[in-house]
Amino acid sequence: MTSLPARTDKKLGLAIDLDICVGCHACVVSCKEWNTGGYGSALGDADPYGDTPEGAWLNRIHTFEVTPPDAPAQIVHFPKSCLHCEDAPCVTVCPTGASYKRGEDGIVLVDESMCIGCGLCAWACPYGAREMDPVAKVMKKCTLCVDRIYNDNIPEVDRVPSCVRTCPANARHFGDFADPDSAVSRMTAERGGFELMPEMATKPVNRYLPPRPKARAVQEAQPNGGAQAADGFLGWLDRALERLG
Amino acid sequence: MPVQAKKSESRLDTSPAVSDEIRRTTCYMCACRCGINVHLRDGKVRYIEGNRDHPINRGVLCAKGSAGIMQQYSPARLRKPLLRTGERGEGKFKEIEWEEALALATQWLGDVRRKDPRKLAFFTGRDQSQSLTGWWAQQYGTPNFAAHGGFCSVNMAAGGIYTFGGAFWEFGSPDWERTEMFLVFGVAEDHDSNPIKLGLSRLKARGVKIVGVNPVRTGYNAIADEWVGITPGTDGLFILSLIHELLKAGTVDLDYLIRYTNAAWLVIDAPGDADHGLFARGEDGEALVAERATCALSSRKRAGVKPALKGRFALADGRFAVPAFELLAHKYLDEQYAPEKTAEATGVPAEQTRRLAREMAEAAFQREIVLQRPWTDLNGERHETMIGRPVSFHAMRGISAHSNGFQTARALHLLQILIGSIDCPGGYRFKPPYPRPVSAQPKPHGKGACAGEALPGPHLGFPEGPEDLLLEDDGVTPVRLDKAFSWDAPLSAHGLMHMVIANAHARDPYGIDVLFLYMANMAWNSSMNTSGTMRMLSDKDENGAYVIPKIIYSDAYSSEMVAYADLVLPDTTYLERHDCISLLDRPISEPDAMCDAIRWPVVEPDRQVRGFQSALLDLGARLGLPGMTKEDGTAKYRDYADYMIRHERRPGVGPLAGWRGADGGKVGRGEPNPDQIERYIANGGFFREHVPEEAAYFKHANAAWQDWAIARGLQDKRVENVFQLYLEPLRKFQLAAEGKRSPQPPQTHRERILRCFDPLPVWYPPFGDEGATAGGFPLHALTQRPAAMYHSWGSQNAWLRQIHGSNPLFVPGAVCDEAGLADGDWAWVTSPHGRIHVQVKRMEAVNAHTLWTWNAIGKRSGAWTLSADAPEARKGFLLNHLISELLPPRQDGLRWSNSDPITGQAAWFDLRVRIEKAPAEGGVTQPQFTAQTNPVAAPSGPLTYGKEWAS
Repeated sequence: MTSLPARTDKKLGLAIDLDICVGCHACVVSCKEWNTGGYGSALGDADPYGDTPEGAWLNRIHTFEVTPPDAPAQIVHFPKSCLHCEDAPCVTVCPTGASYKRGEDGIVLVDESMCIGCGLCAWACPYGAREMDPVAKVMKKCTLCVDRIYNDNIPEVDRVPSCVRTCPANARHFGDFADPDSAVSRMTAERGGFELMPEMATKPVNRYLPPRPKARAVQEAQPNGGAQAADGFLGWLDRALERLG
Repeated sequence: MPVQAKKSESRLDTSPAVSDEIRRTTCYMCACRCGINVHLRDGKVRYIEGNRDHPINRGVLCAKGSAGIMQQYSPARLRKPLLRTGERGEGKFKEIEWEEALALATQWLGDVRRKDPRKLAFFTGRDQSQSLTGWWAQQYGTPNFAAHGGFCSVNMAAGGIYTFGGAFWEFGSPDWERTEMFLVFGVAEDHDSNPIKLGLSRLKARGVKIVGVNPVRTGYNAIADEWVGITPGTDGLFILSLIHELLKAGTVDLDYLIRYTNAAWLVIDAPGDADHGLFARGEDGEALVAERATCALSSRKRAGVKPALKGRFALADGRFAVPAFELLAHKYLDEQYAPEKTAEATGVPAEQTRRLAREMAEAAFQREIVLQRPWTDLNGERHETMIGRPVSFHAMRGISAHSNGFQTARALHLLQILIGSIDCPGGYRFKPPYPRPVSAQPKPHGKGACAGEALPGPHLGFPEGPEDLLLEDDGVTPVRLDKAFSWDAPLSAHGLMHMVIANAHARDPYGIDVLFLYMANMAWNSSMNTSGTMRMLSDKDENGAYVIPKIIYSDAYSSEMVAYADLVLPDTTYLERHDCISLLDRPISEPDAMCDAIRWPVVEPDRQVRGFQSALLDLGARLGLPGMTKEDGTAKYRDYADYMIRHERRPGVGPLAGWRGADGGKVGRGEPNPDQIERYIANGGFFREHVPEEAAYFKHANAAWQDWAIARGLQDKRVENVFQLYLEPLRKFQLAAEGKRSPQPPQTHRERILRCFDPLPVWYPPFGDEGATAGGFPLHALTQRPAAMYHSWGSQNAWLRQIHGSNPLFVPGAVCDEAGLADGDWAWVTSPHGRIHVQVKRMEAVNAHTLWTWNAIGKRSGAWTLSADAPEARKGFLLNHLISELLPPRQDGLRWSNSDPITGQAAWFDLRVRIEKAPAEGGVTQPQFTAQTNPVAAPSGPLTYGKEWAS
C-alpha cells in the first residue's frame, strides 16, 4: 500500500462551471490529443475502426436528464476527470507505489513503470475517474497536464491543462485551491462551488460551480400604448409620432 | 509497509519538448473556420490547439478541431485517382495516374461543352470555395451549378438578404458585449459553434437572459435560462404572436422604422389593378410617402420629409394608397395572432409568449443603450449618439428547413426591425462585407447557354420579380436542371442541390451527360430519400447504360458517394492544402473587422492526391476555359495558390484582401502581391482590418461605413439599404399568379403562390403537415448535429466515433408510454415515404410531439473503411430514408419538390411520422445495404498515436 503526503504545498485542481457547460466534448478530445503524445504511454484505442472501438480517455462528459417538479425537464452535462483528492483512496490502495500524490502540488499520478495493471485503484476510486489503457494495460488518469503547467517550452499563458486551454464556453478553470486568493478559490466562494460526493471523505480538490440562478426577472413595464390606448392603435400612433417631432 | 513514491517524482520531466515547429492555418473539421496552431514533431502532427489571435475562436477549439489529428491520418484517405471497374455502388475501382484521370475528365467535359453545356451538372458540397467553383462553371457555360445551400439554410440567407441585406452567422452576429436579452431559434450545437459558445459564456458572466427556442433541449438550449419547446414548423406563428403583443403594447421603435425601413412607403390599394399592392412611385421611380402634416405626396427621398405611417392617400391618378406600416399593423393586430390563438399550434403557452414579448420590450426600451459616438447617415444627417436596443437573436436550421422557412426568417427579421435592433449597440451586428441588400446583389444567370461559350454572369442571384426567372421562352420550362429560379422555387438563391439527381434521373426538365460533384455525400446523408437516390445513381436504361451516364466525384475519403462515381479525383486533407476563406465567398469577418484567411499545406501529402481546386483549374486550362488559359493555350494559373494570389475578380480585387499591392501595403484593393500567402502565413493564416468606431453600427445607413467599405473593395459604390418590411418582389409574383403581369405561372402553381408569397411575413403550416395527423402521422421527427461530430466524415475519426458511434431515436416520455416503449426497445418509424427500424431512448426535455436523433452518424456498411459490422452501420441510422425529395403525389400529377415554395430550401424538418414498437429483428437498424468495397486498404490493429513521444 502507498502512503499519501501529510500535506501538500499547493492544491492544484479544476473549477468546472456547470452553468455554461454545453456538453460539447472539446475538453475531452483536447485532453486525448495532448496526453496521447505526452505523459506516459499513448492513450490507446482498441479496435479503432472496428465493431467495438474502445479507447482510454482521461476526461469524459456524462449527460443526465433532470425532471424538476416545477420546471421543464432539462439536460445537464457533467464533465468528469480525476479530482486529485487529498485523501485519495486510489493511492493508498496501490500495491506497488505506482499511484502517488505529489507533495508539492497535490497532483495524483501513476508511474507507469511501476504499474502492474491490477486495477485496484480504479475499484477504489468512488468517481470512476481512472481508466485501464486497453492497449498498454496500464492505469491512466488525469495528470492535470503536469507536462504543460510547468513546461518552459510553452508560452506562460498556455501553461494550463489542455482542457482548460481549449474550453470554448470558458467552463473550466485551473488554479491552486490552497491559495484563498486564487481565481479558482474566489469563484468557488462566490458561486458556492461544491465537492463531488463529500460523503466519500476523499476530500476532492476539484470543485463544481452550480448553475447560476436563472437570469433576473425583468421589471416589466406596464404597457399602455399601442392597441391598449384608449383611442386604439391608430390614436396611439398619432401621438407617438407627434412625440418624434 | 507502505511504499514511497519518491523515485517516481524525481524522474518526472515536467518540461518536455512539445514540437519542432508550429504552423498556423485554418481548421476544417466543420464550417466554423477557426484558427489553429498545428504543432509538428518529427514531421507528424503532435497537437492542434486554437490560435489565440484568431477572430473566430480566440484560442479555443472544439472537439472536432482537436480530433483533426485522426482526420489527417485516417485510413479512409484516398491515395490515387480511381476508375470504376465494378458496378456503380459496389466500390470496385482501379487506381490510375493523374494524367489519365485528367485526360478522361477533360474528354468527358469537353464533349459536353462542345455540344450542349447544360448537360453538365456541377454541384459542390461544404467546400467553401464557391467563389472559384461558381466562376469555373460560369466560364464553362453550364447553367447547372450550385453549392449545398439549397439543402442547408438558404431560407435563412435569402430571408435575411431580401429583408435587410444580412442574415445570421457569416452575415452577422449578436452584440455579445452589449446585449441584454438573447433569443436563439432552432440552433443545434454544431452551428457556428465556437463563436456561439464564447458568446453564451459572456452572457452568462454578465447575467444576461438566454432564451432557447427549440423542440429539443440539448446543447445551447440546455443552459438557456428559459426554454421554449416549440412544435416544429411553428416558429413563424410564435414570432408573429410576439409581434402582435409588441404592436398591441406600442413597444416598437417608430423613429427607427421611419428612418431605415419602407414602413412609410405607400402601397397602392386598387384591387384588380395590375399594380395593386405595389408601391406607389413618382416619376423618378422612387416610392412615395405621404407628409404627416399636410397629407401631400412626396418622394421618400425628399430631405426632411416627415411621413405618415397610417392613412389613406389619394394618388395623382385618383386611386388610393396606404403606408405599408398600416397594412402591417392591421395584419398582425388581428386576433388570429393573439397568444391564446397560437398556443395550440405552437405548443407555447399564451402566458409565456406574452411575458417574453414584455421582457423583450423592457430590454429594448427600458434598457436603451446610448453611446456617445457621433456618426453621419447616408442623407448627410449627423447623429451625436448611437442608440441601442439591446435585444439580439440568432437562428439557423430549425426555422430554415421547413417549407415555410423563408417567411419564418422574414418574420424574425421583422421582429428585430420593429424593436429597432438591427446593427445597433446591443442588437444584431452586420459582419463585413455585409450589409448587402438585394439591390447590390447579382441577378441569376443561366439563360441562353451556348456550346463552347461562357455564361454572361454568375449563376446564383436574387430575382426581384417574375421577369428575372430563368425560364425558357415558353415562360414555364425551367432553364436549370434543379429548377432553381423557376415557378417551383423563384427565389432559390442557392439552387436546389437536393433535386439534381432526382431530376437528372427523371430527365425532367432534361437528362444530363456528366454529373460532377465535389465533397457532397449525395449517396448517403446529403440526400433526401437516400435509398431512392442510390437507386437513381445506379439505374440503367433499356440499353443497359446508366441513366446518369457519367459521374465524376472529388473527395478526400472513401465515402458512400465515392462508390457511385465512375472517376474519382482524390482530394487532400485540410492540413495538406491551400484554400482561401474569401470575402468573395463565405468570409470569417467579425462585426468589428473585415477578415479573411487561408489554409496552406502544413503537412505534405504522402499520397498521390491533389487539392480539388488545383485540379479544377487544371481541368479548366485543359478545356481552354476563358480566364484560366493564356493566349498561347497554356494554363494561366499554376495551382490554386497561384490563383489565390493573382486572380482578380474586379480590377484590384481578388480572393484575398490582405497585403495587396506590390509591397503588401494595400487592403482590399490593390494589384496582386506575389508574397501575399507568405504574409498570411506570417500573420497566423488570417487577415484582419478593424472597422473604425464611427462605422461600427448602423452600417446600413452609415456614410463612414460605406466609404470605408468602398475603399477596401467590399463594394464599388454607396448602396442604399432600406429594410423591406413589405417585400414588393413577392407581391409581383402574386400579381403574376393573379394573371395581372407576365410571365405568368402555370395554373397548377397559382394558388400556392397566392397563399405563400405574401409581401408581409406570414405563417402557413409546413406542407408536410397537410393531412399528416389524419393520415396517421401524428408526430414530428428531425435531426440535430451534435457538437462533437460534423457531417458524415467524422465517423472515420477514431476518436470522434467513440463519442458518437451510433444514434438512438429520442422519444418523448408520453409517446413512449403510449407505444409501450422503454429504453433500448426497437421500433418501426413510418412516414408517408418509408419506414426505418431503430432503437429508442426515452427523453423528457423535448417537445411532446417530436422524435429526434443525431444527424449523419449512421453509415453504409463498409464505407469510410469501417468494419462491415461497425455500430455506425448496424445501430446507426439516417432519418433521410423517411424523407422524400418529392411531396406525396397529388391529383395534379406534378412532381412537387419537398421544398420551400419560395426559395426551394429542402424541407427536411417538415417530416411527419408514427412510431410502433417492433421486435429487435436481429438488433440491427433497417434499411441495411450490402457492404461497399473500399478502394483503400482496411486498417488493422490498435491505435497508439504518439507513443514515440511518451515521456
